[in-house]
Amino acid sequence: MVQYPGLPLDLSFAALSDATRRGIIDQLGRGDASITSLADKFQMTLTGMKKHIQVLERAGLVVTQKVGRVRTCKLGKRGLKVEAEWIEAHRKLFEGRFEALDEIISEMKQEGSDD
Amino acid sequence: MTEQVNSADGAQNRTSVERRGDRELLVTRIFNAPPSTVYKAWSRPELFQRWWVPKSVSGVSLVSCDMDVRTGGKYRLEFGADGSDTMAFYGKYLEVVPNERIVWTNDEGEEGAITTVTFEDQGGRTLLKFHEVYPSNEALEEALQGSAAALPEQLEQLDELLSA
Repeated sequence: MVQYPGLPLDLSFAALSDATRRGIIDQLGRGDASITSLADKFQMTLTGMKKHIQVLERAGLVVTQKVGRVRTCKLGKRGLKVEAEWIEAHRKLFEGRFEALDEIISEMKQEGSDD
Repeated sequence: MTEQVNSADGAQNRTSVERRGDRELLVTRIFNAPPSTVYKAWSRPELFQRWWVPKSVSGVSLVSCDMDVRTGGKYRLEFGADGSDTMAFYGKYLEVVPNERIVWTNDEGEEGAITTVTFEDQGGRTLLKFHEVYPSNEALEEALQGSAAALPEQLEQLDELLSA
């Protein structure tokens, strides 16, 4: 009940068209992670995870950095945008709702209805 | 990032939205009225339908709103966008404690979120918490897509970039 209802959404993003890749973005939104730990988390082979990360990296959604033998992934600027947009869309929706709710509450208080 | 909203009696209330833990959305807001009043505005269909679909979501309006707000009761909201097909959102109330909390399912999708809204008394004002938990990746994605309507051009550019 939180989504914008009834709006046709045919936005398709190649990098984000895959549930696992969206999951990776979601995961990295909560903290950086190594490719190995992501592979574990999503129950995939290291090779499979590397491919996903490559696609996300090319799209600028993820950046990786090699420290010693561990390659760490974090959200790139675009990835942060996806995250921020998600929050922002919800904030707008709820702010709109709650402003309207404020008005109704004021009305109710004026009427002093207590049935 | 929150905005100040001046309510009728001048107090400043802020809507805060955050993602928490695994696929959770938490929205909090203070209202200048006791929980019984806020609860009433949330549980009576004739009042609920006046605010649940904000004017800012243009082109979409609530066509019908049936709510039987009690534990085990059901709700069904139907939206229409510019004379096109209506779209229904429906589910059941898992738990209803008047003036305190309402918990409901969102059954229109494959795996809907469980939504909990609580009303806490804070000296005559109400701290409202709207908490939504998505059961899976797919469910979160639906929410993400739901908000994708508001995605800016950057993401369209991303699409172009990727299909190039």
